[in-house]
Amino acid sequence: MKTPINPNLTADYADYADTKCKEEFYLRYLRYLRLDRSSMKHRTIAVLFTAFAYACGFAEQTTAEVTLAIRGETVYTMAGDPIKNGIVLIEDGKIASVGDAATLIPGNVKTISAKVVTPGLIDAHTIVGLQGFENEPRENDLLDKSGPFQPELRAFDAFNGQERLLEWIRGFGVTTIHTGPSPEALSTGQTLIIKTAGPTVNDGGLKADAMVSITLGPASLMKDVGEKGAKSPGTRAKQIAMLRTELIKAQEYTKKRAAKPQAATEGSSAKDDDKTPSRDLRLEVLVSVLNKEKPLLISAERAQDILSALKLKDEFKINIVLDLADEAYLLIDPIKAAGVPVIVHPTMKRAFGDSENISMETAAKLKAAGIPFAFQSGYEPYVPKTRIILFEAAIAVANGLKFEDALAALTIDAAKILGVADRVGSIEKGKDADLALFDGDPFEYTSHCVGTIISGKIVFEGKR
Amino acid sequence: MRAFYVCLIGLLCCSRSGFAQEKPIAFTGAHVIPIVGPELDNGAVVVHNGKIVAVGPAESVTIPPDAERRDCAGKTIMPGLVDTHSHLGGPWAADGSSPIQPDVRAMDSVNVRDSGFQKAQAGGITTANIMSGSGHLLSGQTVYVKLRDGKTIDDLLIKSPDGSAAGGVKMANGTNSIRSGGTGPFPGTRAKSAALVREQFTKAQEHRDKIKRANGDAAKLPPRDLGLEVLIDIMDGKRVVHHHTHRHDDILTVLRLSKEFGFKVVLHHVSEAWKVAPQIAEAKAPCSVIVIDSPGGKPEAKDLSMETGKILDEAGVLVGFHSDDPITDSRLFLRSAAISVRAGMKRDKALYAMTMAGAIMLDMQKQVGSLEAGKDADLVILSGDPLSVYTKVLETYVDGAKVFDRSNETDRLMATGGYGAGRDQTLFTECCLGDGR
Repeated sequence: MKTPINPNLTADYADYADTKCKEEFYLRYLRYLRLDRSSMKHRTIAVLFTAFAYACGFAEQTTAEVTLAIRGETVYTMAGDPIKNGIVLIEDGKIASVGDAATLIPGNVKTISAKVVTPGLIDAHTIVGLQGFENEPRENDLLDKSGPFQPELRAFDAFNGQERLLEWIRGFGVTTIHTGPSPEALSTGQTLIIKTAGPTVNDGGLKADAMVSITLGPASLMKDVGEKGAKSPGTRAKQIAMLRTELIKAQEYTKKRAAKPQAATEGSSAKDDDKTPSRDLRLEVLVSVLNKEKPLLISAERAQDILSALKLKDEFKINIVLDLADEAYLLIDPIKAAGVPVIVHPTMKRAFGDSENISMETAAKLKAAGIPFAFQSGYEPYVPKTRIILFEAAIAVANGLKFEDALAALTIDAAKILGVADRVGSIEKGKDADLALFDGDPFEYTSHCVGTIISGKIVFEGKR
Repeated sequence: MRAFYVCLIGLLCCSRSGFAQEKPIAFTGAHVIPIVGPELDNGAVVVHNGKIVAVGPAESVTIPPDAERRDCAGKTIMPGLVDTHSHLGGPWAADGSSPIQPDVRAMDSVNVRDSGFQKAQAGGITTANIMSGSGHLLSGQTVYVKLRDGKTIDDLLIKSPDGSAAGGVKMANGTNSIRSGGTGPFPGTRAKSAALVREQFTKAQEHRDKIKRANGDAAKLPPRDLGLEVLIDIMDGKRVVHHHTHRHDDILTVLRLSKEFGFKVVLHHVSEAWKVAPQIAEAKAPCSVIVIDSPGGKPEAKDLSMETGKILDEAGVLVGFHSDDPITDSRLFLRSAAISVRAGMKRDKALYAMTMAGAIMLDMQKQVGSLEAGKDADLVILSGDPLSVYTKVLETYVDGAKVFDRSNETDRLMATGGYGAGRDQTLFTECCLGDGR
């Protein structure tokens, strides 16, 4: 059964989304059969077909039973040593068992074999789903320019579960993404952690409003953001001053709001109510940061910006995740001392401007120091519209990172940093059945991703 | 003082100043990929005075007795890579004054001290076609360079038989060179783009006719026109057009114009060439493909495919690759071949595309592109197979001089990146101008 992404969603809404998903599936199937010339007619057929499938009970598994078996010459579970000739059994979208060649596969269960099986890959920071892949302005939900600081904006309210790049990255084994607005203003909003299967934001969600996106350095010194005449932030120092001001406001807001329930129990007068500040959605987001309910995701490229991020963490005792961190190799000790994880810059990110000192060895250096890190496809304003984390990790492996460490950074380590390791990131009984299948070393240029499975469903089969 | 001399001697020894070596060098024991002819498991390559003097199986190559032997067992040697489309050194040629500017030259704007050049050497690139961007229908003359260790652009130039600097001309169609509305001198539609190009080439035809009619009589000669002279060179086959083009219909427009005015063209990027491969093959137009990790980024690249190289090759089109640096990183240029092989292109064709095909596209096939006696000693020593992600470029040679050595600390910094690796880099954004982007 589907788990609603957001506790605020009613069960009815989640069921509706579920039905829509199946209808979409059959529609796609019909299109695949090239029967899409008169779509309305076939839409009706699809709905009837769906209803029939429900009635017959084969659209929905009511009792758990094994629906899919995966054989891998090597299964990297990321929870213990790799298993040679391993078998993964899937039931009800979850992993039912992981074992060796002796595992019994129930009769008539579809079995897929591959040389290498890994957990589905996790892109720890992307913009996929928030911008049309053609970069046309009408499909740009990355940046609202009305102001430089808008943490109340939610990727959840903008995500397009049918964006074509989702299909593209699924074909390279990516099953979960942490997606959010672009790092182009001081705060562009909150991020979303979701599976790549689509078709809507209600499907496969792991965490809405996961982190609050903050960008330091020249990338967010946008002269065209803000009302006409607004000039801030115009310097790095101003960025930090603005952030500190907002966080202090949020501290004061908490204190003032906290006074209200007390007044209410005493039968508050209208006068008392006036002292209670009105709700402020923006400050409430920052309050959740101050309460450590969610971290700031701070994109910082240059060393001085990374240090500023660490200072903020120190001053407000908040959780932060460092993003990009192009010059992290200069600051290994302070990053380690702060206990901060890093969503490292794409290994092949262009070495220009504030990224001119970027290194293909950053990931290897973070690993050597024991700093937790994950890979990201990042934000590209031009081509390629998205990078592929499999390829980014591969270049890190070619530059000193060990094979297993790279695989961990793409799966379980990313899941831990994103706070979703209870659901994804490793092949373990009870976790979501998200898998990536390869016909050789996943990092080798000439290997292929040959299958991708999300919650037990095959979402890609082929050779990419 | 003694320390000073030690330093000086050290400097002299370490100098990689591009002088052709006086003694022959014999690279032995390597897996040699000559590009023309089969790969050799145990091959030898002998170079002398900047040229290749012998290539072949170890047993059949005579190594001169005075040769310096370099044991390359376990390594791979292949020709230096030819990058048919690069923006190294920030070549800003045409300005905003008009969409067609054949008079401007990329060679007048390149900063060769940009560390991008060292990074390209670290990627095994030895020959590059440096050009201005695609924000114009014709943004200027390109410059073919050898990636020698040079201090000025003159050190890098390749001389044509007539003594001039070799190069082509950069043209573009599709969205990058269009400005919404077409209010200025720039086109607002694809049809207008073609019309503007046709207008200029027609002018050049008339200019050429006038020159012909003058028959050497100075009084009858039309006033000189730098731009039209370049267009005449193009129509006379003296300069190749390197044409940015993505969408299938844009590609056909280039072929149409090329036929109409009789110019030699190499199609560049060609995101949708897989849709019109037979037409490209019929026109005998070579294609320089860019390998990008995902489709999109702009509408004209929405159907970009990793199979483009394979499909074009199978259709009989000459396929090469380019980095489009900084769009993709020169240091990772070999990825182009590897990812294309991943998508089904044959290995030998993909390696040919990295080298010989590029040389043909620049009319330099007699000088570079393969390991053959008599050709320039441009070669790369790799730690392993050229199509493996784990393979590193160990050494790069241009005209017999070592220009990159991974065991050298500075060179290694350029290969991996790190603090100081971005020295003097020119941020080049003109590659993607168009419609205010």
